[in-house]
Amino acid sequence: MGKSETIILDEAAISRALTRIAHEILEHNHGTENVALVGIRTGGDHLALYLQKRLQDIEGVTVPLGTVDITMYRDDLASRGSLPVGKTDIPFPLDGKRIILVDDVLFTGRTIRAAMDALMDIGRPQNIQLAVLIDRGHRELPIRPDFVGRNVPTASSEQVMVRFDDRQLPVEVCLSKP
Amino acid sequence: MAFNHKHILGIEQLSPEDITLILDTAESFKEISLRPIKKVPTLRGKTVINVFFEASTRTRTSFEIAGKRLSADTVNISASTSAVVKGETLEDTAKNLEAMKPDIIVMRHSCSGAPHYLAERCNFSVINAGDGAHEHPSQALLDILTMRQEKGRIEGLIVAIIGDITHSRVARSNVYALVKLGAQVRLCGPGTMLPPGIERLGAKVFNRIEDAVSGADVVMTLRIQQERQGKTMLPSLREYAMFYGLNAERLKLAKPDAIVMHPGPMNRGVEISSSVADGPQNVILEQVENGVAIRMALLYLISGGDKLEQSAQ
Amino acid sequence: MKILITNGRVLDPAHGIDGSFDVLIENDRISKIAAGIEAADAERIDAEGCLVVPGLIDIHVHLRDPGFEYKEDIESGTRAAAAGGFTAVACMPNTAPVNDNKVTTQYIMQKAAQAGHAKVYPVGAITKGLKGESLAEMGDMKSAGCVAATDDGRPVVNGEIMRRALEYARSFDLPLISHAEDLTLVGDGVMNDGFVATELGLRGIPWVAEVAAVSRDVLLAEYTGARLHVAHVSTRGAVDIIRAAKARGVRVTAETAPHYFTLTEDAVRGYNTQAKMNPPLRSSDDLDAIRAGLADGTLSVIATDHAPHHFDEKNVEFNLASNGIIGLETALPLTLRLVEEGILSLSEAIACLTIGPAQALSLPGGTLEVGRPADVTIIDPEAKWTMDPEAGQSRSSNTPFSGWKLKGLAVFTIVDGRIIYRRS
Repeated sequence: MGKSETIILDEAAISRALTRIAHEILEHNHGTENVALVGIRTGGDHLALYLQKRLQDIEGVTVPLGTVDITMYRDDLASRGSLPVGKTDIPFPLDGKRIILVDDVLFTGRTIRAAMDALMDIGRPQNIQLAVLIDRGHRELPIRPDFVGRNVPTASSEQVMVRFDDRQLPVEVCLSKP
Repeated sequence: MAFNHKHILGIEQLSPEDITLILDTAESFKEISLRPIKKVPTLRGKTVINVFFEASTRTRTSFEIAGKRLSADTVNISASTSAVVKGETLEDTAKNLEAMKPDIIVMRHSCSGAPHYLAERCNFSVINAGDGAHEHPSQALLDILTMRQEKGRIEGLIVAIIGDITHSRVARSNVYALVKLGAQVRLCGPGTMLPPGIERLGAKVFNRIEDAVSGADVVMTLRIQQERQGKTMLPSLREYAMFYGLNAERLKLAKPDAIVMHPGPMNRGVEISSSVADGPQNVILEQVENGVAIRMALLYLISGGDKLEQSAQ
Repeated sequence: MKILITNGRVLDPAHGIDGSFDVLIENDRISKIAAGIEAADAERIDAEGCLVVPGLIDIHVHLRDPGFEYKEDIESGTRAAAAGGFTAVACMPNTAPVNDNKVTTQYIMQKAAQAGHAKVYPVGAITKGLKGESLAEMGDMKSAGCVAATDDGRPVVNGEIMRRALEYARSFDLPLISHAEDLTLVGDGVMNDGFVATELGLRGIPWVAEVAAVSRDVLLAEYTGARLHVAHVSTRGAVDIIRAAKARGVRVTAETAPHYFTLTEDAVRGYNTQAKMNPPLRSSDDLDAIRAGLADGTLSVIATDHAPHHFDEKNVEFNLASNGIIGLETALPLTLRLVEEGILSLSEAIACLTIGPAQALSLPGGTLEVGRPADVTIIDPEAKWTMDPEAGQSRSSNTPFSGWKLKGLAVFTIVDGRIIYRRS
């Protein structure tokens, strides 16, 4: 019994990956004009905050930051029961924005589908781009990330987890086998 | 924190944790009502039937909007259009409803215990939208949510409830909820409107409104309904207003930042004076706004409530 | 035709008999009570371990016939009585038509005789149509077989009419049975007024509604010198008033029902319509007072107020449900519980079901006497059983005691020397 756990990324590696993603976002969007970050609760919102700081360091501009809770958009209410509903907080108009949707681990793609539906109900962004720290494969929907920290091949029974410290800064990424 | 109830029949059955979860969930849902597109797909494909055996505009509309904002298919049956007038028994009504395969029945009935009757006999979830003089859980929850928003807490608050406690389901549900969350509850009305043993629910009983209101954080006045109170409960509305009406002078006895609540609809000049009803301390419209959020939370939590045991790993 | 009951414990409270005797029945009479009777030609009933007591009498039963045969009729009701150990019942007049005339009385007696189960003593109405307005023909009904008069189900609201009814009934030595409640205090109440009603949000019936009415009727009995029997006493106040009246020599007797010394208003929780009755189940303080009243003889009668209702009449909202429960087949074990709990001696308990009711309405029976009609009940006091209303003999099954584990039941019920019930 017991799980075996491997650290895939340590703090420094995470930092390098996120810094690279920040540069890629700037390159892809030709700067920060109309760019806004939206983190998916919980995990993605911490990474979005981290990216906001990186963009600030690089460009000297504070891009708008929001969080989205996708509980209300889940497709598994019947099988999961009523999970606690978190707050969605988008303190800026979405219309016409280039939204960088941020999540920690990309897996089946269902969370991203739910998050996009949630955003579409709030406004009409110019486009939505997807940034994830880990892409572990096993997609069940036609969803592909624009910015990836690390591709990690996994078995579907395995778990990938991003750990944060109490200041909500990413510390490590673990892969655990059942 | 799991919500493990199939029905919402009363506050009596809920734990303090349940109540807090409902309030927290409602706060998350409040934001939806502020959007240009006030709808999320959470309860897509669920059928909610509002069955009202007793007239109600506010509660029924609030439940209907709550269901629709969560994308549930919401249907209303009111006493005037239902088979009740044709003498159908509640059991037959229940069986007919069940055959339509609803997920949730929201029910108001003039007989205390009627939603319990339905819950015992049917497969769907039942939300009590007011039964006789028994409970009105969604009203109490929206009241408590409003208090928490205004005061930041419930524990330690002094809440005075003034009116016909005997016939008030709002009062009973509020007493249960407030006592569970650690507030001090004061109940006040003339002797005819204070039912025997009510203090055993954990509330203090007052005959003078001045004593009840004195130092209160929250003052809630209840609607005086002459059709319910009949001739024996009160000499006149005028005398009620004289001794139990909340006016500006009496409100001064409460804490300076006290809030004034009313479950509506109000009889201005009877249980509440217009100056208080329109004054800066009233949160009556916040109550209505919170009503939709609370009812969304109840519909949402109930929809997953009976599935939790299966999904708990 | 002879029956010899051997080895039983013969208990006849009226005569202070309690011992191991044999009882010989010849034709319809008791012919001998002694130890070691020999009767080779008799049918023998071995009553080893059983009580042999006078046939139980229930003076408060609703047989619902004529008019409400879908709830119960005379045949099914008297069959249920026999199964509960009762050799005789007195049936209330709130039928349709009301038993306020000789013809209806005769119909009841004739149908009871045809059924051939327990004996039936009709109780006539005090006022025509139970309307409380004009006196019914009580003399004629007594001649036809009525043993008492009552407007049971309703009180006689008007004090003047109750006074005149008592005065009139006195001329015929006919006891009046008081259904005592002040309807203005009952209002639209559906359960006992108190904390449980407050919690459940149900309208209450205060105890004073019963006590005020009992006071009036007891005082009227005192004033007129007539005989009064108070039905279904449920409150401490009523027990106190009756106790004091008896001490003054007022000609008053009183009954309570097994549910009033077994259950309290708590049974209503969950909106249990099987616990809805009139008078309502009261507080535990009232229950204690009822038990004390039985123990000191203030309440000399245990009667069931057997009130059958159709399933549909209880399967509704609490406010709309009919009042009352069936009781014929649970009265005996519930009474024996009082013995188990030390409230009553066994002899006192049996007295409340035999000589007490017989004396209250001046009925024959209630004792075991040589030469008198052989109405005998044989009880197995240790038999354990689970109450299943569907398995009972009554046409209705409205009881709050469903599923209760009970002890004690009738194994033989003998009426006029004829075995009308034999437990298989």
